[in-house]
Amino acid sequence: MKNIKVLGSGCTKCKVTAEKIRGRADALQVDVEIEKVEDFAKIAAYGVMATPGVVIDEVVVHAGGVPSDAAIDGWLR
Amino acid sequence: MSTLGETLMQAPRRRPVLTLLGGAVAWLALYLMLEPLSFALVGLLPLDPTSHLAGALQFFLYDTPKVLMLLVGVVFLMGVVHTFVSPERTRALLAGRRLGAGNAAAAALGVVTPFCSCSAVPLFIGFLQAGVPLGVTFSFLIAAPLVNEVALVLLAGLFGWRVALLYLAVGLTLAIIGGFVIGALRLEGGLEDWVRDLQNQAPATTAGATPTWAERLEGGTRHVGEIVGKVWIYVVIGVAVGAGIHGYVPQDFMASFMGADTWWSVPAAVLLGVPMYTNAAGIIPILEALMAKGASLGTALAFMMSVIALSAPEMIILRRVLKPRLIATFVGVVAFGILLVGFVFNRVL
Repeated sequence: MKNIKVLGSGCTKCKVTAEKIRGRADALQVDVEIEKVEDFAKIAAYGVMATPGVVIDEVVVHAGGVPSDAAIDGWLR
Repeated sequence: MSTLGETLMQAPRRRPVLTLLGGAVAWLALYLMLEPLSFALVGLLPLDPTSHLAGALQFFLYDTPKVLMLLVGVVFLMGVVHTFVSPERTRALLAGRRLGAGNAAAAALGVVTPFCSCSAVPLFIGFLQAGVPLGVTFSFLIAAPLVNEVALVLLAGLFGWRVALLYLAVGLTLAIIGGFVIGALRLEGGLEDWVRDLQNQAPATTAGATPTWAERLEGGTRHVGEIVGKVWIYVVIGVAVGAGIHGYVPQDFMASFMGADTWWSVPAAVLLGVPMYTNAAGIIPILEALMAKGASLGTALAFMMSVIALSAPEMIILRRVLKPRLIATFVGVVAFGILLVGFVFNRVL
């Protein structure tokens, strides 16, 4: 199971990102656990400066803007 | 037909530079056709071409696509520029800069670096972490939302290039001087303690691969989808307001209290702007209406800058990283700068 964290202070783009990842994971039948991180100190600890950021198994894979379907599929595989 | 469609669809990937040139030529050709087209369309209607209605209609039919096309062109180019200047790169350029030159660089980079107001706090922390001085960071944070391509294109399209350039110059100056003053006051103690502890701690860098030209063009297209998809409605409203008053003498209904002769119009405009929260695009139709009603340019620009740069919701978010003392200083410095802008413009223009 992959642990996925969506970093962001609760803006619309962050919500959309989390929903999109959930949707792609269901479509690809990948078992994921999605967590939303809204604490600025924790976001800073990942070195992310543009939200939404995406962290998969503690590795930052994305920062800034809603990721594309293709990018999400790449992370999930 | 389908093969031509497929060729065109794949062109950005296979021949990015050629696609860009082709797109630019098509854009220009269409742009030059807009004015004759608008007259031809109005000519088809059973209207007296010299009437107010025909004039207003022609103005609307010409200006709406004109401003939208300018917006698409400039936003696309900025989307491409964004693939060159990531926040990480900007931060690296600004780390350890001195006050003065550093503030100027930060304000200029604030215009071209991709920025979303919801990322303001992570960006703020990230800059401080990498050793960007507090005052330089503030120059960036003032310039980034205030001076951007959308505001400039809309001002240019609806009020002319002079107003847009003036706004650019004033916005940058405000960001440079505001950040400089905050830096000179040495307010590092106004940071929340946990933020202070993070200062000058080299952060984990997330260096991505250098994008290809095809990916840069994709970035431009994506940016157009995000931005123009969101602001087109404000353009239509703004032009419609402009068309409504086109050819009519401006009423001086609001001139009595928003005109250049009323000294308190500028502070009132700044105060009015604080609780309002919208982006540069949303404010422009309001600006058009205000100026049509006789508000002076200085007062109108002060109102616009106050709405964008000083907003109550943003202060609440900033409160999580700044102590009230530093927030108050930030608001005070920026508000003073905006007041100055308003007064000077009302006097000079």
